[in-house]
This record gives sequence, C-alpha cells and structure tokens, in this order.
Amino acid sequence: MLEEVATSTEGDLVINVGPQHPATHGVLHLVITLNGETIKKVEPHLGYIHRSIEKMCESLTYRQFIYVTSRMDYLSAHINNHACALCVEKAMQIEVPERAQVIRVIMDELTRIASHELWWGAMAMDIGAFTPFFHAFRERETINDIMEETCGARLTMNYMVPGGVMIDLHPDFQRKVKEFIKLFRSKVHEYDELVTGNIIFRSRMKDVGFLSKEDAISFGCTGPTARGSGVSCDIRKLYPYDVYNKVQFEEVLETGGDSLARYMVRIREMHQSISIIEQLIDNIPEGDFQAKTKAVLKLPKGEFYTRVETARGELGLYIVSEGATTPYRIKFRSPGFSNLSALDTMARGSKLGDLVAMMGTLDLVIPDIDR
Amino acid sequence: MFIVKYIKDVFSGIKSLLVGMRRTGYYFTHHKEIITEQYPDNRDTLKLPERFKGEVVMPHDANNEHRCTGCTACELACPNGTIKVVTKFDITPDGKKKKAIDKLVYHLELCTMCNLCIVACPSDAIVMAQTFEHSVFDRAELTKILNNPGSRIMDGVE
Repeated sequence: MLEEVATSTEGDLVINVGPQHPATHGVLHLVITLNGETIKKVEPHLGYIHRSIEKMCESLTYRQFIYVTSRMDYLSAHINNHACALCVEKAMQIEVPERAQVIRVIMDELTRIASHELWWGAMAMDIGAFTPFFHAFRERETINDIMEETCGARLTMNYMVPGGVMIDLHPDFQRKVKEFIKLFRSKVHEYDELVTGNIIFRSRMKDVGFLSKEDAISFGCTGPTARGSGVSCDIRKLYPYDVYNKVQFEEVLETGGDSLARYMVRIREMHQSISIIEQLIDNIPEGDFQAKTKAVLKLPKGEFYTRVETARGELGLYIVSEGATTPYRIKFRSPGFSNLSALDTMARGSKLGDLVAMMGTLDLVIPDIDR
Repeated sequence: MFIVKYIKDVFSGIKSLLVGMRRTGYYFTHHKEIITEQYPDNRDTLKLPERFKGEVVMPHDANNEHRCTGCTACELACPNGTIKVVTKFDITPDGKKKKAIDKLVYHLELCTMCNLCIVACPSDAIVMAQTFEHSVFDRAELTKILNNPGSRIMDGVE
C-alpha cells in the first residue's frame, strides 16, 4: 500500500477498458494509467472467460478432448484440432495417410484466410471504418459454406481426429475451393483500395505501437505479431508438419515493427495461403482419409510436445501421459497470451486513441488468452 | 521543398480517399452483387448441407423400427454425458431374453455437435439432423427421447 502511494504521481488517471468494451472483442479488461492522454501503463486483467479447458481435458479421452480445443481459438479451430491430432499421432506413432495430410493442410489454410479476413474487418471497424467488415465477411462466408458442407459446422468443426480426418471430403469440395480462389483473387484488390492505401488508415497505423525485434523475442511473441518485427518464427517453415515441407511458400516478414507492418504481414499471408491451397487442391491423392486406429487410444507413458502455426502464432500442446486413456496433464501454449503481454511495451508513451489500433493489429482472441 | 511535399501528400491523400469511395460507390450502384440472406423470411427456401450437425436423431422406418442395439458406444464416446442409454430385456418369440433399448435419452442442452457418437455407432442407428432453431421456453423440452414409443429393433441388426 505504501509503495503504491510512493510510486503514484499527481495527475495520473486510471481508466478501465473492458471487461465489456466493443474494441476488445471479448471480455478483456485493461487497466490503463494515463498522464493526460499519454499512456503510462497498460495492465491486462485476465480470467473473465476462463473455462479451465486444460483441467477439463484431463477427464476426457484422447478422442474426446479435441472438440474442446475448438473453443479456445475459435477462429482457427481447425488448426487447434490439428495440434491435438498431431500430438496423439506423434505419441502413438500413427502413420497418417497422405490424403488426410493434404486435406488437413488445405483446411488449415482456409481457416487461416477466414481468420485473417475477420481480423481485417474487425480491425478496420475498431479504428472507425465500418464498410470493410462487410467486404471481409463476404469472402469469409464462402469459406464458412465450404466448411459447413464438408465438416458439418461453421466454426467448431471437430474435423481432425487422431489418424486423419473424421469424414472424407464432400464431392463438391474441390470445385467450391477453386471457385473461392477465383473469387478471392478478383476481390482482394478491394482491400487495398478501401483500407491499405487509405491516407487516414495509414497515418493511424504508421509508427504506432512499435515493437522492436528484441522485445518481440523476449515477450515470446509469435505469428504475424513477431513477423511484423522481423522475427522469423513461422512453424510451418521451421518445423514443418504434414505436407508443409512439400509446398512452396514464403515466410512473410516485415521489418517495420509498427502496426502497419503487422497489418501488411497478415494481408500478405492471405496471398501465401491462397498459393498453398492452389498447389494442393488439384493434387489431393487418392486413398484412405483416416488411418486404422484402435477404438480406445492409450498413449505410452511419457511427455509429448507438438507445435503448429495458428492464424495468431505458435500453438504448443504439451501432454503428460501416465499410460492411461486420459491425459495426466495437458498444457496449451497459446499465442494470444504471449502477444498480449507485449501490449504494455508497445503502448507506453503513445496516445489512448492509438491503443485500439494496436490491439487490433495484435489480433486478440480472448478465449484463446484465457482458455 | 517542404511545401512541395506537403502539397503532394495532400493530393495523394485525396486520391486514396477517392479510390476507396469509388469502390463503395460501385457497390452502391450494383445491388445485384450484394449477397445478403434475408434469414427469417427465406426459411422455406433455406437449405442446409446434408452433413450439417444440428441435432442427433434416430431414424425409424415405416414399421416403427430402428437400428439401435443398445451397445452404449455412443454413450461412451460422448464427452459431455449427452446420451444416456436405458436398456431392458425383451422376450423373443422363441422364449429367449434379448437386450434392447428402453429409452435413448438425449440432452440437447449439453450437446456440442462434435459428431463423435455418430462415428462411434457400429450400426448407424443415429444420425445428425439439419435443424438449427433449437430455442424453447422450457429447458426440459431439450431433453429428448430419441426412439419412438413402441418401436422395436430392425430384424438383422446385431
């Protein structure tokens, strides 16, 4: 208490953004200390949407716990499920058929595009542009329809299972995805016309929320947040899983470190994802969509770790197994939590109005931070 | 020099705004390209894909027969305890006791539509239905009994 009094200075203003605030896209509570309009400190308070997913997983079997992870980062649900499936396969040394691997990668990349589309629309809405939201949702809806047709759900698909995928692709899948690629290519220039080139947008993003390369590494930032600061951290390139080592794509890097750099990384990543899908969609090999696995999965005793690249960064899954049908302990290393921790460093010294732009480019999904 | 840059910035700024306005204007004048679904009004024509996971149902044929053997594979596969299988013993015509389902209780309020029960079912007794308007006034209405009253197991399903 005494210490608090000693460090506080005259004229400081403490305001709360959240837990219910339109700009936080969820129940994130930020306690912001202001000096005038300049930010002195940002303190995120977490726990409003904590559902103890890690504890829940301990009572579920290795087939059942996958569906829970869709509820963590609900915008890249496929990729979360992919991490779980990969970890179980790694532990049990299940050989996944080539067809399943290709299907998984296509689904991952579709999810990544859908996630970045939503981020683009939501971020533009945060900083005051309402139209882009609808433009983004137009393309995203096409992806959701493809998902709905093949996986049976729009957001929480639960499509990846240990050993492959749950159901084979819908016969219309390839045609629909090709149509989507065509649609995306014909519409993506609108994003640049509407937002990227816009003078108001550029002046709100340029040199706002600077995050140096050193800070990005020391906070453990991953994904587009770190790549905007020039940190090479794409798991798809560094530790390829499934068929990522067989496709040609480049790791998107920007060196600016500001909000505009993080924005550009995501916009360019959408193009890379489209190119990955284009390479794979005509070359889906025939064969099984699922490896033959036992009805009851039992992981051998030990500790297992896998990592995947979600739309927000690196998702790590750590399983401790005691040889039973349920895991002894599960730990998720979620990208959102680490990215959020860099917000304080980013925001210090800038104006309150810019905080929304910074949060927008961090692409926070609150259930992913809290779990 | 500063003046030149300033004027350049002003004009490029106005140009960037005009480019965006042109795109907005394009959609303002091209109503056909707007793809909004008028949801509650288009209910009659709304068609969901056949794989859509809306709710678990048990199909019955014309003779009020289902394919469920009461093996409880779905109950074991369910992560949330959504399905409860209540079994009974039927007396077959030749005097033997045979296990059959009395009730297959399905709690829609607990279901997350993860499809694990459908995959686990060895006799394809349950499928996903394409319904999605699940709101009711009383929570108890969400607890459903999937097998019809008086239904029997189909011949030949083991």
